[in-house]
Amino acid sequence: MTGMARETPAGDLRLANLTRRFGALSAVDDLSLTVGQGSFFALLGASGCGKTTTLRMIAGLEEPTSGRVLLGDRDITALRPYRRPVNTVFQSYALFPHLSVFENVAFGLRRRGIRPVDGEVTRMLSLVQLDGYGSRRPAQLSGGEQQRVALARALVNRPQVLLLDEPLGALDLTLRRRMQVELKRIQTEVGVTFVHVTHDQEEAITMADTVAVMNAGRIEQQGAPADIYEFPATAFVANFLGQSNLLAGEAAGVSGGDVVVTAQGARFSVPVGRARAERGPVQLGVRPEKLRLVGSADQVPQGHQHVTGVVTDASYLGVSTQYLLRTGWGAELSVFVANSGTSTPVPVGSTAAACWDPRHAFLLSASS
Amino acid sequence: MTRLARHRLLPYLLLLPGTAWLLLFFGVPLAQLAAASLYDPTGSLSTGYAMTWALGNYPDVVQAYWPQLSRSFGYAGLALALALLLGYPLAYAIARKAGRWKNLLLVCVVAPMFTSFLVRTLAWKTILSDSGALVGLLRDVHLLAPDGRLLATPFAVVLGLTYNFLPFLVLPLYASLERLDHRLLEAASDLYASPVQAFRRVTLPLSRPGLVAGTLLFFIPASGDYVNAELLGTPNEYMIGNVIDSAFLVRLDYPQGAALSFLLMAVILAVVFGCLRRAGTEEVW
Ligand SMILES: Nc1ncnc2c1ncn2[C@@H]1O[C@H](COP(=O)(O)OP(=O)(O)OP(=O)(O)O)[C@@H](O)[C@H]1O
Ligand SMILES: [Mg+2]
Repeated sequence: MTGMARETPAGDLRLANLTRRFGALSAVDDLSLTVGQGSFFALLGASGCGKTTTLRMIAGLEEPTSGRVLLGDRDITALRPYRRPVNTVFQSYALFPHLSVFENVAFGLRRRGIRPVDGEVTRMLSLVQLDGYGSRRPAQLSGGEQQRVALARALVNRPQVLLLDEPLGALDLTLRRRMQVELKRIQTEVGVTFVHVTHDQEEAITMADTVAVMNAGRIEQQGAPADIYEFPATAFVANFLGQSNLLAGEAAGVSGGDVVVTAQGARFSVPVGRARAERGPVQLGVRPEKLRLVGSADQVPQGHQHVTGVVTDASYLGVSTQYLLRTGWGAELSVFVANSGTSTPVPVGSTAAACWDPRHAFLLSASS
Repeated sequence: MTRLARHRLLPYLLLLPGTAWLLLFFGVPLAQLAAASLYDPTGSLSTGYAMTWALGNYPDVVQAYWPQLSRSFGYAGLALALALLLGYPLAYAIARKAGRWKNLLLVCVVAPMFTSFLVRTLAWKTILSDSGALVGLLRDVHLLAPDGRLLATPFAVVLGLTYNFLPFLVLPLYASLERLDHRLLEAASDLYASPVQAFRRVTLPLSRPGLVAGTLLFFIPASGDYVNAELLGTPNEYMIGNVIDSAFLVRLDYPQGAALSFLLMAVILAVVFGCLRRAGTEEVW
């Protein structure tokens, strides 16, 4: 193939101080990040935080107010969208209604003067499991099929970077899971850099090599999914990616490899390696599944820390049961107890203690 | 009567007034016209016409009025080409670039329709007249010879046709361009289509329904028109409409007028079906 995708060596995608303002609103605010070549990068964030705007600037459909977009050593900030080796799977699919599925997929190849296209298109259609759909119109396809056409239409060009804007948002859970596996397989197979925007945190965690959590136009944290999940950088991330119990407290410095924290009159400690602040107002965080529920403070295992309270709610979630524990000072902790069959249900209204291993806690600066 | 029967009958009942109206005021005159086109051409209104199934009327009128026939379609075609050149960018700009001026501009397109067709054409007669400012200016800058004229030329007739029927082309075009999803153009540009290619591969095909409708709405009245040739041209620019007009109202040659009317209708129908067939095979959704 002689497309432009192959002419220039691919490289990392870098966004440098990228900013896009709409009037007074900074949809994307001084955003810098690097996406490694061939990696699967997930951009996660609440609605309206600037994900689509970021993708549009990478694709060239939106002009940055300031900042640069670089691909390898090449500055592509000023490049028109049709000259960028970047393709997009749009949230709305944006399939051409007047063209057949085959022609939709062949569109990019034809515009670049690549001929013949039959082999490539047919191969791509079978990759997304749409063999024999070539002559249909987009209107004659189900939502999931349209989504796969949109994917094939972008992928067939073998771009250096593929942008996916919530491409699975409209699909039912089963199809979404299947497409996730499919996407991941395709990504590994073709080795294209994927930048994937999603609302679905589970999707981001399972598929991506790197996850970035975005908030109000900025990246709050990026890293490997497990790293972000186990040690979030801010309260926003701690609650956006999974749930967290956060206790407000005061850190009083390091003592013997641990940061000592006083919260609501009790003393807790967190290993230095899991603390983002050592002094001043902090938030002590523990994931609900890292908490264990015991009947009373005497039953807390050696080395664990705990808070006591009253169980106010128990909801059965299938794989686990979620308990809500109201502490003496009014905070509410969420505790997941796996339904492994070995634990006895804790009745609502009884007092209990939630305990955890300090190595599973994390400490955030309260200002974040 | 059962409910079901009533439901079956309802559509026909609703159709009844329209059908009756059409039969009475279109079907009957049309049949009368068809009959008249086959009358013995030697008859006259005063002596009466004899029905002789004179099919020869058709080749006769083609032979006699070939110049006017071909001029009709030639002028209408030229005017259509001009109108497309003017109208497509206009419709495009109103639909996609005008923003909040959209409605105002649409009103401007339709505004001339508020005055009578005749008055508008007469206004052009004044504008193009030999003593008018336009001709004076063109003569001064030597774009027109000192004795050159605009009025009473094919140019004036084609201009008049273009002007008078332009809104019929612009409105349907506007409607289909307005409906065009701009995200499709972004997708095209994302898929390596330059602006020109995006226009040719996405905008143009998706505006084809409006293009076909506008072309028909323009071409049908333009090719049958006689007012523009009458007011802005001379007998040298007369179109088939003028011949039919005079056949019925001046020369009182009914068989000839009727045969010409039918001929015009046949050609237009052929053009319409040709257009729609083509649009159909290119599958406008
Ligand atoms: N063309 C525009 N004009 C004005 N404001 C805009 C424009 N496009 C986006 N915005 C604003 O910029 C912010 C970011 O929008 P963006 O579409 O990037 O959000 P998002 O993260 O993709 O949200 P979602 O998850 O809901 O798709 C929003 O507040 C939005 O209202
Ligand atoms: Mg979005």
